Amino acid sequence: MNDKLDERLMTAQDGTVVNIEPEKKIVADMLWRGIKVAPVWLILSLLVWGTDGVASAAYGIALVFANFIAAAALLTWAGRISPGALMFAALGGFILRLVVLTIAVIAASKISVFAPVPLGITIIVSHLGLLVWETRYVSLSLAYPGLGPSNMTPKKCKEIK
Amino acid sequence: MIDLLAQADTAVDGLKAVGAGLGYGLAAIGPGVGIGLVVGNAITAMARQPESAGMVRTTMFLGIAFTEALALIGFVVFILLNFA
Repeated sequence: MNDKLDERLMTAQDGTVVNIEPEKKIVADMLWRGIKVAPVWLILSLLVWGTDGVASAAYGIALVFANFIAAAALLTWAGRISPGALMFAALGGFILRLVVLTIAVIAASKISVFAPVPLGITIIVSHLGLLVWETRYVSLSLAYPGLGPSNMTPKKCKEIK
Repeated sequence: MIDLLAQADTAVDGLKAVGAGLGYGLAAIGPGVGIGLVVGNAITAMARQPESAGMVRTTMFLGIAFTEALALIGFVVFILLNFA
């Protein structure tokens, strides 16, 4: 185990090792699921809104992914410093990300293929959809933050216990 | 008459832009308060039980992202009012 990995892990009083920086894992899970579902959404956008719609939907998905990655990176970085920095990163990061999103959309609005309706719908659907999907897995496995119950049959769970 | 209609059109566009900006700003207030509450309580929880930091931070991250969805809805309304 190298030093970099040690920073993320902490030994609890009962001896179990817990990951205290689960943000990266959560975002990796969400991105992986997003990448799997994105083609379906893009095909739907192409059918409903045409080529402009698919370009805007792809841009919306990219914005949502970037937003999640930025949030995880900021919180992970700040969490290593202090609880105060975590608070600052959460609130400052929220404002910063909204400003960056606004600038990104205003910049994209100058492009001819920009379509606001597919972009807006994609941003809301992908953000909420990925979150709900992830929450479903996390709520099933709070003991192992950020881990999905992949292939976790009751038998396997018993074996682990 | 045509001049008057053109002026009214400009006024409507201006009001639309003002409304979009105002709506976006107002929509960001609630999530700001919400994120403050989520992170504040998460820090309290981590201070009380450091061994549960992973679980708390998982819930905190998802809580922040859910709260942020409200601001994103305001953002989308802003996009629709300004560019649609």
